[in-house]
Amino acid sequence: MKSINWTGWLVFAAVVVVWEVAGRSSPAVQFYIPPASQISGSLIQIIASGEIAGHVGTTLTRFVAGYLIAAVIAVTAGILLGYFPLVHSYLETLIEFLRPMPSVAIIPVAILLLGIGDGMIIAVTVYASLWPILINTLDGVRHIEPTLIHTGKTFGLGRWRILKSIILPAASPYIMTGLRISLAIALILVTTAEMIAGGKGLGFYILDEERSLRNSNMYAGIILVASLGYLLNRLFLLGELGLMKWRRGLVAEEVQ
Amino acid sequence: MPILEVRGLSKSYRQLGGDITLAIGDISCQVEAGEFVSFVGPSGCGKTTLLMSIAGLIAPSAGQIVVKGAEVKGPPPNLVLVFQEFNKSLFAWRSVLGNVLFGLHARGEHSRATGTKGETLIELVGLKGFENHYPWELSGGMQQRVAIARALAYEPELLLMDEPFGSLDALTRLELEDTLLRIWEELGTTILFITHDIEEAIYLSDRIWVLSRRPSRIIEELRIEFGRPRNQIVTRGAPRFMELRNEIYRLISDGGMGETN
Repeated sequence: MKSINWTGWLVFAAVVVVWEVAGRSSPAVQFYIPPASQISGSLIQIIASGEIAGHVGTTLTRFVAGYLIAAVIAVTAGILLGYFPLVHSYLETLIEFLRPMPSVAIIPVAILLLGIGDGMIIAVTVYASLWPILINTLDGVRHIEPTLIHTGKTFGLGRWRILKSIILPAASPYIMTGLRISLAIALILVTTAEMIAGGKGLGFYILDEERSLRNSNMYAGIILVASLGYLLNRLFLLGELGLMKWRRGLVAEEVQ
Repeated sequence: MPILEVRGLSKSYRQLGGDITLAIGDISCQVEAGEFVSFVGPSGCGKTTLLMSIAGLIAPSAGQIVVKGAEVKGPPPNLVLVFQEFNKSLFAWRSVLGNVLFGLHARGEHSRATGTKGETLIELVGLKGFENHYPWELSGGMQQRVAIARALAYEPELLLMDEPFGSLDALTRLELEDTLLRIWEELGTTILFITHDIEEAIYLSDRIWVLSRRPSRIIEELRIEFGRPRNQIVTRGAPRFMELRNEIYRLISDGGMGETN
């Protein structure tokens, strides 16, 4: 990994300073856009009081559940669809129709079928995170060099072992791309669904504080979601680097 | 009993437009165990199709392929194919050693001796010190050595090689030819080699079959009498070498003329 990007952090700090100055310009502005120092205060306060921990835990649990279920389903389905072109041709139109639909559009359907609660939020998250993983896995399997499969066959590998020891690793860079895209999508969907029908969680908290006119807390909640997204992404990249050692030299630049 | 018997093999393809192309007209031949035999012919004469059929990767349209007395229906055991596009046949996620051991692992061999066998072959093909490198870190010539070592580690009774040195520079090519001959003599395996390089075929082989243009058939069989071990300078400098080269060249040019249907 590259050393710390100092200029990047400097720009970040400059935005915080501008925010602070703007927030202090008038009381009216301060109500809508509290200065950074005030938001930081709220952030420390809600963390210290333990008020926010439960919400973060809930959001994280829903996120992990939804994301992992989506990953398992989508990788399996992607490999099968890639391996059996006939099945793919049957389902292609359906997939191409459902995929571009904004996933938030199914939240009402999920509420209708599953009611309000964890099940609904996880289901929506699974649905939305499925597509990038599915499409990328499918792409990965379909782009596999036929010579690799032939090589496996001449060494006497059967279908299952070709799948396991050739197709899966060969498609893994694509699968990783899908997993990384879905990481962000899963967090978006959890937060959105919580705003609509959460009862708990960061999404619920943010909207609830806004409705209660505690704007500084609302911003603190937003910062927490942003930090969560940032941390999850770093964690993912670290995991990818460990798992995909063989690509280290090839991906070093992308990962920075 | 010959290790390989090809009886009346022909293969046709249906092209995208629906036209049928006859790639292999009618090929019959026999290879004895321990032989080094080559097919030479003009490019596009169906050489790769022939090898893929023998390897059981594609089904012939007519005829029979028999390896060790059993008709080929799928990839036969104890047969390995080194592909022309060797760089595409290496597993990017496996190290050099991991690639070389692939066939042995596939066969369920995971012992210490397996690892040693892999290391020995890596040394034999001149890649010592690169065991833990990944294929993309290697040059084309080194990648081909990995593919050859992987095939040889499997100790196949029949090794098929599809223009394995085609995309290498001249010097690497000569060196790998000698490496291959040395290992072949040591292991006593049977090698069926495909090339469009006439001199390479003469230098390496016990016997050469000259193929016509599409639809290919065998125009001529030549026995190469040079003793072994052969030497790049002495063998290639022999007057008989030139005669053979010219004869094969003439056969290929003439054979092509009559076959342009």
